[in-house]
Amino acid sequence: MDTVSIWELWGGVAVRFWPVWLAMLITYLLMRMYRKRLGVFGHLLDSAVGITGLMIVLFWLFTALFADIVSTFEPLEQFFRYRKKPPGIVEAESMIPMYFGSDNLGRDLFSRMVHGSRFVLMIAPAATLVAFVVGITLGLPAGYKGGRVDAILSFIANLILSFPVIVLFYLLVTPGIRETALPNVMAGVFFMFPIIFSLTVLRSRFSERPGLLFPWSVIILILGGWLYSGVVFNSDPLGLISMDPNELNIFAAVVFASSPGVFRIVRGLTMDIKTRDYVAAAQTRGETPWYIMLWEILPNARGPLIVDACLRIGYTTILLGTLGFFGLGLAPESPDWGSMINQTRGLIRLVPTIVLPQTIALASFVLGLNLLADGLREESLKD
Amino acid sequence: MSHFILQRTFIMVLTMLVLSFVVFYLGNLEPNLRKLALEQNNNRMSQADVDSWLEKNGYRRSFIVRYGEWTAGVLSGDFGYSTRFRMPVNEALPKRLGYTGILAFWVLMTMVPSALLIGILSGMREGSALDRFLSLFSVTTTATPEYVSGILFTVIFASLLGWFKGVANVKDITFENFTLPVMTMSIYGMGYIARMTRASMSEVMTSQYIRTAHLKGLPFKTVVLKHALRNALIAPFTVILLQFPWLLTGVVIVEKLFNYKGFGWTLVEAAENNDVDMLLACSLVSVLVVIGTQLISDVGYAYLNPRIRVES
Repeated sequence: MDTVSIWELWGGVAVRFWPVWLAMLITYLLMRMYRKRLGVFGHLLDSAVGITGLMIVLFWLFTALFADIVSTFEPLEQFFRYRKKPPGIVEAESMIPMYFGSDNLGRDLFSRMVHGSRFVLMIAPAATLVAFVVGITLGLPAGYKGGRVDAILSFIANLILSFPVIVLFYLLVTPGIRETALPNVMAGVFFMFPIIFSLTVLRSRFSERPGLLFPWSVIILILGGWLYSGVVFNSDPLGLISMDPNELNIFAAVVFASSPGVFRIVRGLTMDIKTRDYVAAAQTRGETPWYIMLWEILPNARGPLIVDACLRIGYTTILLGTLGFFGLGLAPESPDWGSMINQTRGLIRLVPTIVLPQTIALASFVLGLNLLADGLREESLKD
Repeated sequence: MSHFILQRTFIMVLTMLVLSFVVFYLGNLEPNLRKLALEQNNNRMSQADVDSWLEKNGYRRSFIVRYGEWTAGVLSGDFGYSTRFRMPVNEALPKRLGYTGILAFWVLMTMVPSALLIGILSGMREGSALDRFLSLFSVTTTATPEYVSGILFTVIFASLLGWFKGVANVKDITFENFTLPVMTMSIYGMGYIARMTRASMSEVMTSQYIRTAHLKGLPFKTVVLKHALRNALIAPFTVILLQFPWLLTGVVIVEKLFNYKGFGWTLVEAAENNDVDMLLACSLVSVLVVIGTQLISDVGYAYLNPRIRVES
């Protein structure tokens, strides 16, 4: 069996990523051109840390987008003659090298790593977004009104936070649980929040203008209801939106685990911001509480929230990896980084390089998000 | 203050009650009970056998009655029977907790001093080359979860260099097999504490009294060691204590990774085999650790920092 030299190996890998490099370059140039209009994201270009983080995150984002072009083999394709091979072995039939070697079933690690980015980039940002909507919808009134609402919600949040994450996942993400209605109930509750949130936003803004309020509410209800039926009940009338029960289960568990943290941050920020003069001015004008919370307090809390969102996507990535590491919730052949780590870690003695692609991919993505968060924090403090 | 501690203890008991109820409920869902029956007997059991086994062992009685029995047992100090280890929880768990105690002790002994040192060194001259380097190091360690760093360390130090062993043994702890688990855990936790220490340190370094000390002509070393440190270390104190819950998750991953049979390993075994009594006991221990450290950190913070007073 032939192997390629180390130069051919890395050169080949670099060439395979050409759509990613191109997309990154275009994004960078566009950011340069429109930097004035991008606000704090434009300032990122001045910070070495921030731009490094952004580029790493973009790298994985575009890799996930162009995974089919970048990867050399199908992620599930098995070559029995090429099991547990070191990096650079050439597959004789197609004459394509297995750049990072192959795993115990003879699957190409490079292609699996590339495809693994899809799972993470599909679940982690979306779950974080839903967790943010849940945390904001509950955290704003808790911080603004205080009293009994705050006491009850805070107790629940602290309850979930004192629950060891691993136990939570072992209980919530198992095949047994999927036989019950629990994941669907949880997802049903969580996905209700984006709809409630959008409706509240509209109502607080357009309460004086029913001519705008009603059409927009109807649009949101139809659109939200459509997504809701597809994602939660897997019964989209148009058949466009669907979610695998495994993934829905994981999604609900991840949202459940991370929304209390968002709740605490939003609550703290609200308690701080509600003492400002512009809030007092809005109260004197006679604005409704929800208008003040959503249109006065929330926009002024966006800085810390954006930074937290970056860190939280990273943390969710780590959580997803943990799930894979414990073999929870995902199909065994799934090419996500956590499961790949779990499958290959027993083979370190035979082929030390076998674990490297997936571990480094995961760590680099989280590192990118952390650096991006640092850069954003630095730049937003300057203003 | 006593009112505050009382209130916190009440919340802790309430949390444990709700939590145990949830774990009990989820562990006793029909699919989980079936799994338990199959695991306890043999995997080819028929549905009728499963039902009769569950009936015979009392799993078919009312859920509330059984939860009540378990609670009464715990209050009298009996944590039930572990189906996975086939012995009472009271016998199986303390030993495992002891093993994890040893691991946690060495993790703290290495993590805390090095994290504080990194934080102080990078915080005392903000923006210097040393600060940049150490900050990058801290970010990298926080971004690398245990199951990544542990594996990478095993590849480097066990497979390539052969210095340490990739498997730890509770019965025979040596420098060779214990270094990698301790290193993996402390490096992940280190970054966060170091960053908090740095933030606290750099804030103290810009305060008026430090400038006064500089202007008095004191050497930089004296300013840092005698004046700055004392105030800069208050915030990290709470951070270190709040790191305990994090340590708990880390213990589970690291013990599984290095096959160190302590508390975390027990928890995974209990969860995988639906050993409800053991899982409940593990959850209670976790809550005790999480809320207990929160309480200590709040009380300790109020004690260390005279500007903070707990409202009574």
